[in-house]
Amino acid sequence: MFRIIGLAIAALLLTPLAGAPAAAQDDSPVLKRIKERGVINMGHREASIPFSYIGSDGKPIGYSMDLCMKIVDRIKDELQAPNLQVKYVPVTSQTRIPLMANGTIDLECGSTTNNLTRSKQVDFLAVTFITGTQLASKKGSGIKEIEDLNGKSIALSLGTTNEKAVKAVVQEKGLDVKFTMVKDHPQGWLALETGRVDAYATDHVLLFGLISKSKDPSQFQVTGRFLSYDPYGFMVPRNDSSFRLIGNTVLADLMRSGEMAKIYDKWFNPGPTNINMPLTQTLKTAFEVQALPY
Amino acid sequence: MQYNWNWGILLQDPYFGWVWSGLGWTIATACAAWVIAFSLGSVIGVMRTTNVAALRAIGTAYVELFRNIPLLVQMFLWFFVFPELLPRETGMWVKRDLPLPEYSTAVICLGTYTASRVAEQVRAGIESIGQGQRYAGLAMGLTPAQVYRYVLLPVGYRIIIPPLTSDFLGVFKNSSLALTIGVLELTAQTRQIEEYTFQGFEAFTAATALYCLVTFIVMTLMRVVEHKTAIPGMISLEAK
Repeated sequence: MFRIIGLAIAALLLTPLAGAPAAAQDDSPVLKRIKERGVINMGHREASIPFSYIGSDGKPIGYSMDLCMKIVDRIKDELQAPNLQVKYVPVTSQTRIPLMANGTIDLECGSTTNNLTRSKQVDFLAVTFITGTQLASKKGSGIKEIEDLNGKSIALSLGTTNEKAVKAVVQEKGLDVKFTMVKDHPQGWLALETGRVDAYATDHVLLFGLISKSKDPSQFQVTGRFLSYDPYGFMVPRNDSSFRLIGNTVLADLMRSGEMAKIYDKWFNPGPTNINMPLTQTLKTAFEVQALPY
Repeated sequence: MQYNWNWGILLQDPYFGWVWSGLGWTIATACAAWVIAFSLGSVIGVMRTTNVAALRAIGTAYVELFRNIPLLVQMFLWFFVFPELLPRETGMWVKRDLPLPEYSTAVICLGTYTASRVAEQVRAGIESIGQGQRYAGLAMGLTPAQVYRYVLLPVGYRIIIPPLTSDFLGVFKNSSLALTIGVLELTAQTRQIEEYTFQGFEAFTAATALYCLVTFIVMTLMRVVEHKTAIPGMISLEAK
């Protein structure tokens, strides 16, 4: 009897000691599966300019991709696996959450709004960008705010936070706006370019990106107040603090050292697609706030 | 798998209503498209079996064009490219004032695509009868139109009921591609529910069950039709 209690106490006392030297991957299912496969599956977008999109050589590039590669480097160190392969998995706004929930992707590097409903299924890393819903329309259309769309039509991308935001405002104000649902940003843009709709609403940064890639950028304008607040974050699988900690440590390091701002300038100021969006005060503050110390 | 299941979401307002409205649009799209597919497909199929070279050429060209382009691409072409090819005013009308633009476009696209498949079934049905009956009909003094009306088509249609069932089912399943041009049918509503609640697995399970239910009903109906129209003595599934 006493022996058993004694053993139990000894076991209790020894447990933290035995646990301490163990590497992070032991309590992280995601790190464990990455190590076992020797591959990290990275979800990326195909047309989220300039966050994550297919470059001219057919490989995904962008602001989010650059930051994610820093996280991958840290994972390589952590697992002592310098030969870790990165497998790119294209995702869309509809597939990203199921693919993360079912374990197909280990890290999503795109332009995903971090919100509380989504946090029921996935976890998010630190906020890397802040945007909101605005309207793109043709110059001379007289559209400034969403109220100007009364009796007109707008394209919305299925399954985005923008769709919800615009529909909520339209309903609240009792406006008569015709919605044309599209499956992705390029199609929404095509609907606007061909005159099928009067406006297209999505995150303002994506609108600038779409304009910068359009045939005649001088023809379009981005207007209106922010109809939603959309902080972007990278998605990681839920309930894996060790894995999330690695990601957040890398981002905090980058924010603290000022390297984050440099990577930002590379893609946005003016950026390869001439998007020309200097670092805003809000985002600068967000970087400062999230640069947690050791 | 890291996932919080919540089946109750499917019964909650407004998601419950979305699923049913989606099912309604799926059925409306598929049935309207099938009317086009069956009527147009029959005409094209008959054209391919006539003795008039010009009609045969038109029929063949139609089938080759519509059957060989992926349906997804056709949806895109009808919705975005077709209005641009029209005169400016008409194009603007199609883009702006056409009633239910997404739905009408999807029905036309799906109907004309499926028509090419129906046409091939109809042709196969007529050709399987053999030239003998055609000549016999003509020898009895029937006009070519009468030969089709009274001899070839009544038998031809009966022969192709099983493959036509597949195409009828295909119309329901292919109608999900209408979501790419913004028709809020069953699959689109499912995605919508997923994006609002992030309970995608539940929503897609419900959609799968509903698609199965619809196709099962169609299959049963077609089997009844096949049974009722069977010609005694002819090779048919349950003919007696």
